[in-house]
Amino acid sequence: MDFTLTPEQEAFREEVRAWLKTNIPRDWEARAMGSADVPRPEAYDAMRVWQRKLYDAGFIGLTWPKEYGGRSLTFLEEMVLHEEMALAKAPPILNILGVGMAGPTIVAYGTEEQKKRYPAKILSCEEIWCQGYSEPNAGSDLASLQTRAVKDGEYWVINGQKVWTSLAHIADFMMLLARTDPEAPRHKGITYFLLDMKLPGVTVKPLKQLTGDSEFNEVFFDNVRVHESQVLGGVNNGWTVGLTTLMYERLALGFGLQVRLRIALDSLIELARKMDKHGRSVVKDPLMRQKIAQLWIDTECLKYMGARAITKLLKGEMPGPEASAGKMGWVETHQKIQELAMEIEGPYSQILRGSDWAVDGGLWQYTFLRSRANSIEGGTTEIQKNIIGERVLGLPK
Amino acid sequence: MDFGFSQEQELLRATARKFFENECASTFVRERMAEPAGVTDDFWTKLAEQGWLGLVYPEQYGGAGLGFVDLTVLMEEMGRAVMPGPFFSTTILGGLAILEAGSAAQKEEWLTKIAAGEAKATLAWTEPSARWDAGGVTTTARSADGGFVLSGTKLFVPDAHLADVLVVVARTTETARREDGVSLFLVRKDTPGLEVKLLPTMDQTRKLCEVTLRDARVGADAVLGARDGGWAPLARVIQRATVALCAEMCGGAQRVLEMTTEYAKIRVAFGKPIGSYQGVKHRAADMLVDVENAKSLTYYAAWAVDENATEAPLAASMAKAYASDAFRRVAGAGIQLHGGIGFTWEHDLHLYFKRAKSSEFTFGDATYHRERVAQLINL
Repeated sequence: MDFTLTPEQEAFREEVRAWLKTNIPRDWEARAMGSADVPRPEAYDAMRVWQRKLYDAGFIGLTWPKEYGGRSLTFLEEMVLHEEMALAKAPPILNILGVGMAGPTIVAYGTEEQKKRYPAKILSCEEIWCQGYSEPNAGSDLASLQTRAVKDGEYWVINGQKVWTSLAHIADFMMLLARTDPEAPRHKGITYFLLDMKLPGVTVKPLKQLTGDSEFNEVFFDNVRVHESQVLGGVNNGWTVGLTTLMYERLALGFGLQVRLRIALDSLIELARKMDKHGRSVVKDPLMRQKIAQLWIDTECLKYMGARAITKLLKGEMPGPEASAGKMGWVETHQKIQELAMEIEGPYSQILRGSDWAVDGGLWQYTFLRSRANSIEGGTTEIQKNIIGERVLGLPK
Repeated sequence: MDFGFSQEQELLRATARKFFENECASTFVRERMAEPAGVTDDFWTKLAEQGWLGLVYPEQYGGAGLGFVDLTVLMEEMGRAVMPGPFFSTTILGGLAILEAGSAAQKEEWLTKIAAGEAKATLAWTEPSARWDAGGVTTTARSADGGFVLSGTKLFVPDAHLADVLVVVARTTETARREDGVSLFLVRKDTPGLEVKLLPTMDQTRKLCEVTLRDARVGADAVLGARDGGWAPLARVIQRATVALCAEMCGGAQRVLEMTTEYAKIRVAFGKPIGSYQGVKHRAADMLVDVENAKSLTYYAAWAVDENATEAPLAASMAKAYASDAFRRVAGAGIQLHGGIGFTWEHDLHLYFKRAKSSEFTFGDATYHRERVAQLINL
């Protein structure tokens, strides 16, 4: 057991730290809160510019192979990078689904042509990706998806609908799961497509969420013709490929999420310092101190959990319970941070931006409302518990 | 960076697990629960033969010279077996205090004997006020005839009835700052004026005592470390003991999770194994998350303590705050998911449930350590 880094890794940390010091946009914090885990419409442009900057400096896709736009480094450098970004309160990136999910899956399953074509543009934010998994009748029960793809010469003809598709309204490509063999058992007849969102027959309809924002969408496919070269990982192999994506979502995205959590917690502590409750500072209230300390512990715990997962990865093993417990832990902690922010604000929690009385410009109100989706998106908490119960503990279905 | 155990540590774990399965089965634990001693000479000798009584002591004192992370591994396995007896009080509390503050001669005398299984020790620190801070130390030691006279009552002292020597925490000087003026003394069991009374305890695998000092006279050579400078070494010992206890709690919680999962796979209700019902499955998943989180924080704290890292006090308090809540929740859920059988004396779950409760309040509960975390992060 050893938490020290090699001189090279320490040098990398210094390099990242120095770069972040001069390159983080100064007006960032005022524009949008760092804790929002999915980009907010008003920040899209700034986040696109920020990601491009990271790309030009070589601080994104560290673990991806050099020939596909990455740096062929280990998860350790990835962890160092994310730690430093947390400390510096760096903004999130825009192409979060591309970098966290599509890219690693293409690197793992793509043809040489696909690997040359897509990953670098994902990192540079030239092409935004969204994830076409969930359907109106296939959410937690993903294998019951009904979007069809029928072969017609060199093309597949897609018909059907996806829903809750984050960023589809600005996306250039979609990771699409569609049924290619309706006769096969549920998990066997699904194929993973790399779908160009500009193809004729693709319609995106934004869904207004309870936050008032439109970040999710419905996506309709009406005889969309996709060339067979856009299949990823083989026809009828989509379930396996798709699960790989989800694994990366929980793993690679996990680093970034832990960082956002730490940034949110630091902001919460700043909030607590400046707010009074019942005539005394929030940080002098014993109960509030207990709650904040517990959130600190929970946030740090996720870091160590991540470190255990990285250790397994570096040894060539797949992460076990650490990875599956990580998503749940993140969700629970983030929601508690947001709830506590509301509790600290008290009646001020009702005042939205636009009023001079709004605390922190009304930013917490958005992140609080948005956090309700955390325990639903990317696999509900109930599904995560099924996964832990069945795949980790071996309990019967 | 490597957040995992070495091959040697994994080997130690495997050896320990097999040893405790053979030597410390539930029948053995229950026999010890019913007796004041809580240990047999035979078992104690075997622990010594394994080299575990002096695991972290330097080789010059008969120890194995291993690190704190190695001890963490052993503690996890002991917790898994709800091992009774004075291992913790002797090797960690009393022994580490002597290692931390003792002179060469004191270490030579006591650590060598402890490692060989020839002496037992403990730490007489807390008092009826049940405080964990320096303000709780009111037992006095006044100078007299070139030595000291100790007076006061110590409570919650583990295994004092078995100890050949007690490390007694006493106030030698009245000062405004309560951390100053505290000294440590080596008090032998036959010292006149020393009285030890065994208390009935909820967790029968842990024997606690009341220790009364009525003008107990010790020589000048009984002072452990610097006079008036006892609090700093004591704090370091308690920090280590806290992390070791967390490891023991992780081992116990892991075992409860396994017992519960095994039961949920075979117990049938309404025609199906109960583990297939989400009411059971989800609670088992929550137990796993509790156990894994407690381990992550404990392993990190073990490393930080071993390295004397600046964040060690914070890491130790984070681990204890979490493990205190987690073991209590896991042990409670274990009983609940077993149903009626889990409430019987015959089933082993109550051993873990009671151990969770005694561990929760040893060295400060979750509330105490969360406040410490708050202070350490400058809240």
